Amino acid sequence: MGLLSGKATCNTHGQDSSYFLGWQEYEKNPYDEVQNPTGIIQMGLAENQLSFDLLESWLDRNPDAAGFKRDGQSIFRELALFQDYHGLPAFKKALVEFMSEIRGNKVTFDTSKIVLTAGATSANETLMFCLAEPGEAFLLPTPYYPGFDRDLKWRTGVEIVPIQCTSLNGFQITEMALEEAYQLAQKRHLKVKGVLVTNPSNPLGTTMSRNELNLLVNFITEKNIHLISDEIYSGTVFSSPGFVSIMEILKDRNCENTEVWNRVHIVYSLSKDLGLPGFRVGAIYSNDDTVVAAATKMSSFGLVSSQTQYLLSALLSDKKFAQNYISENKKRLKQRHRKLVSGLEKAGISCLKSNAGLFCWVDMRHLLSSNTFEAEMELWKKIVYDVKLNISPGSSCHCTEPGWFRVCFANMSEDTLKLSMQRLKAFVDSITTTLHNQSNHQSIKNSRRRSFTKWVFRLSFDDPMTGER
Amino acid sequence: MLSRIASCDSHGQDSSYFLGWEAYENNPYDQLHNPSGIIQMGLAENQLSFDLLESWLASNQEAVELKRNGESLFRELALFQDYHGFPDAKKELVKLMARIRGNKVKFDLNKLVLTAGSTAANETLMFCLADPGDAFLLPTPYYPGFDRDLKWRPGIEIVPIHCSSSNGFRITISALENAYQQAQTLNLKVKGVLITNPSNPLGTAMTHQELNHLINFSKSKRIHIVSDEIYSGTVFDSPSSSFISIMEAVMDRNIGESDDLWSRIHIVYSLSKDFSMPGFRVGMIYSNNERVVSAATKMSSFGLVSSQTQYLLSRMLSDKKFTCNYMKENRKRLRKRKEMLVSGLKVAGIRCLKSNAGLFCWVDMRHLLVSNTFEAEKELWKKIIFEVGLNISPGSSCHCNEPGWFRICFANITEETLQVALQRIKVFAQSCNPQMLLLQRRSIIGKWISKLSSSSSYDQEPGR
Repeated sequence: MGLLSGKATCNTHGQDSSYFLGWQEYEKNPYDEVQNPTGIIQMGLAENQLSFDLLESWLDRNPDAAGFKRDGQSIFRELALFQDYHGLPAFKKALVEFMSEIRGNKVTFDTSKIVLTAGATSANETLMFCLAEPGEAFLLPTPYYPGFDRDLKWRTGVEIVPIQCTSLNGFQITEMALEEAYQLAQKRHLKVKGVLVTNPSNPLGTTMSRNELNLLVNFITEKNIHLISDEIYSGTVFSSPGFVSIMEILKDRNCENTEVWNRVHIVYSLSKDLGLPGFRVGAIYSNDDTVVAAATKMSSFGLVSSQTQYLLSALLSDKKFAQNYISENKKRLKQRHRKLVSGLEKAGISCLKSNAGLFCWVDMRHLLSSNTFEAEMELWKKIVYDVKLNISPGSSCHCTEPGWFRVCFANMSEDTLKLSMQRLKAFVDSITTTLHNQSNHQSIKNSRRRSFTKWVFRLSFDDPMTGER
Repeated sequence: MLSRIASCDSHGQDSSYFLGWEAYENNPYDQLHNPSGIIQMGLAENQLSFDLLESWLASNQEAVELKRNGESLFRELALFQDYHGFPDAKKELVKLMARIRGNKVKFDLNKLVLTAGSTAANETLMFCLADPGDAFLLPTPYYPGFDRDLKWRPGIEIVPIHCSSSNGFRITISALENAYQQAQTLNLKVKGVLITNPSNPLGTAMTHQELNHLINFSKSKRIHIVSDEIYSGTVFDSPSSSFISIMEAVMDRNIGESDDLWSRIHIVYSLSKDFSMPGFRVGMIYSNNERVVSAATKMSSFGLVSSQTQYLLSRMLSDKKFTCNYMKENRKRLRKRKEMLVSGLKVAGIRCLKSNAGLFCWVDMRHLLVSNTFEAEKELWKKIIFEVGLNISPGSSCHCNEPGWFRICFANITEETLQVALQRIKVFAQSCNPQMLLLQRRSIIGKWISKLSSSSSYDQEPGR
C-alpha cells in the first residue's frame, strides 16, 4: 500500500513466528481433562496459577477494595477521575514496600523513584525510549525472553546484541562473554547504551549469582553504560541460594550516589508473582531523576487503571496477607517445580538446576538426531504434534546451543502436569528405541529436512495472541 | 547518557500552560475552606453524571466483584492479557459507538483495538501511519496534548491548518491547501489529517461541508484521515442531528470498501469524556484498514486496558436501558450547564463561539486585550488566574492564531462554583474599562516573563 509506516509493515515485529506455531496448534486442540483428554497440554505459558485461592479469599474478605469503597464510603468518583501519571500514592507506597519485602527488606525503595506502567512490557519499552537512540544497542545474555525482540526493538529502533552464555557453566554470564558481546557491537558499528538482564532469568529459572552481579557492575562502570535489571520473577524464588537484587550489590559496594548508581534501573510487575497479567501492573524503578521524570510522562501512553491501582493498594497494604502470600506461593512453586523435575528425571531428561521462575530449562540434547537447530525444530514439532505438549524451543530464546527447551509448570493442575510427564516418558522411550534402530542415518536426515521445509511454509498466519513470558 | 527524547525539555508541553495549574494547586478554591481560592476551569472533565454511574454500580455489584451469575471470574480475568481484547467489552463498545451515531453507522468489533486511553490510541496510530519526520495536518486550535502524543516518541511533525474566527473556525479548502503547501516548503511528507470531532477546544461538531472538504482533500492527496471522536457522546442535541462521524460522511459519499480512501479512515474513541472515567484508561482505535488493525493490536501490548476494567465496562454497557438513559441524561445536563456558562458570560459582556458539544466553551475575550497580541493575551490570562482567580486555558496554548480566545470548562465544577466564577468574571469585565486598558498597555511584561522561566518543580498532566 505504501501509505503505512515502516513499523506497521515490517513482518515479524521481532516475533519468532515458529514460536507461535505451537500456540496456534494448542488453540486448535487444547487439552481438557474431561472434554479433550488427548489434546495439547499448554506448557509454553509462564503463568502462575498456583495461588489464586489466596487472592480470591482475600477479595471475599475485603469487598471494599474492588467495590470502589474506602471505610464503607464510595470513592468511585475520585478513582474514575484519577489519571495522574504520578500514580496513586497509596499504591506506590504499597508496591515499593512489597518489593522490599521480596528482597528480605535488605533494600528499601523510594516512592518518588517509581513509575507505574501498564505491565513490564510497557516498562521495558519506555526505558529503551529513555536510554537509547534508534540504532543504538543493548546487550542481553542468551537465552532470553522472546518478547524482548519486540518490546526493546520494534518501535524504539534499538538493536539487541547477545551475550552468549553456554551450558558449560550453567549459562552464567562471564567476563569474556560480556567483552565479546561489546566487541561484536563495535564490529557492527553499534553504540552500546547498556545491558539488560532478567533476574531471576527467563527462561533459565535461575537467580544471578553475586559473582555475576559484581561482574555486571564492573562492566557497566568500565564502559560507562546503563544496566536494566528486569526483576519480574523476584517473588518466585523458592529455594537457595535466594534472590540477590542488583540494588543490594550496589549497596554492598557503597555505590549510593555515585555515577553508576544513576545508571541502574529495575523493572518489576505483578504478573508473575501475583499471577495478575491481565491487570497490567508494571513499574520502572530508577535512581536517575531525569529518567524518572521522562518515564513518568511517557507512562501517559500506558497508565495503570486507577480501578486496579486501588484494588492492589488495598491488597498489598495488608502486610500480613502479603507476607503470607509470598511464603505460601513460594512453597507451592517449589513443590510444583520438584514434581516437574522428578517427572523429567523418570523420562531420562535432566534440567538446569534452578531455584526460581515458573518453568525449567530442560536438556533434551540427547534426543536430537544431530546437534543442529534443524534437529531441535524437528524434535519440537514432534513434541507439539505427537506428544502434544506445547513447550518453547531454545532457539526461540536465542540460545546458542540446540536441544534446550523451556517447560512451564505453574500454569496447569498437578494432574495435568503428571499426565504431561507420562506422555513425555512414553515418547522418550519410543524414540530412544528408534534412535538405536536407525540404520540409514542419512535418509532419515533427508526426510526430516523435507518435512521441516514443508512446515516452515505453514508459518504464514495470524499469530493467536501476545507472546507470553 | 540518556536519549534525546528523554532529555529534551518541553515534550511539546507549553510550560506557561502549567503556570495556571501550579497556581491552582497552590491555592485551590473550596466553598468552605478557601472561598477566595482559584477555581479550576481548565480541566475538561465531566463530573455531572456520577450519581447515575454510582447508582448503577450499587445495583450491579457483580461487575466489580468480578462475578457472573454468582460464579467468580477472578482467575479468568486475572490471566486475561490477550491483546485482541475482552470480546464482550469490544462487542458492547462497538454497539455504543453505533448508538452514539444514531445507529446510522455500524461498527465491526474485529476492527476495534483497545488501548490504555485515547492518548495511547493516537500515539499508536502515528506509529502505524507515519515514519519519523513525516507530518500530520491538524486544524487549529487543537488540544495541546497532541504536541506530545503525536510528536514526541513517533517523531511526527504537526503542520497547522489555520482556522479563524472569520468563519467560526471552520476548516476551509484554502486552509487545507495552505497547510499542505507549508508542509512542502518545510520538506515534510504529509501522511494525513487529524481532526477532533467534536472539536476540543471549540466545542463544535464538524459540518457536512467541512467533512466533505476533508474527504476531497484526502482523496486528492492520497492521505489518511484520523478522526478523534472522543467527545462524540457529549453532543447536546440528539445524536442524529448535529454530529456527523467521519464514517457517516464517507458513507454518504458512497465511498465503500472498494474505494482507496476507505482504508485510510481511522477513528479514535475513549470513555474518558462521555463516561467520566479518565482514570480507568479505556481508549480505542477503529480502522477500516486490516493491516493497521493488525499492527495496532500488537502495539497495544504497550498499553492494554486492565481486564478488571474491561469486565466492568462490558457489564455496564451491556445494560442497554441504563446506557441509553445515561447518555440522554448526561447530554441534557451538559447542555444545561453550558447554557449557564454562556448566559453568565453574556451578562459580563463576553461572547462564546456557538457550540453544540464538549465540556467547555471557546470564549472570545479579544475586546479585553490591551493590544491584539499574544503578549496581551498572556497578560490577560495572568490577570484572570491571579486576580480573578480562575484557571482557564489561553488560546495560544491550543495554537490558535488569533489572540484573545480562551477555553473555559464547565462540567468539572458544581453549579454553585460556576455561579461564583461567573460573578467574578462579571466584576472583572466591568473593571476593564477603556482607561484601565490604557494604563495596562504601558505595563512591563518582562517581570512576568521572568516569572515564567523559573523552573516549576511541579509538573502536571495537562488533561484535556
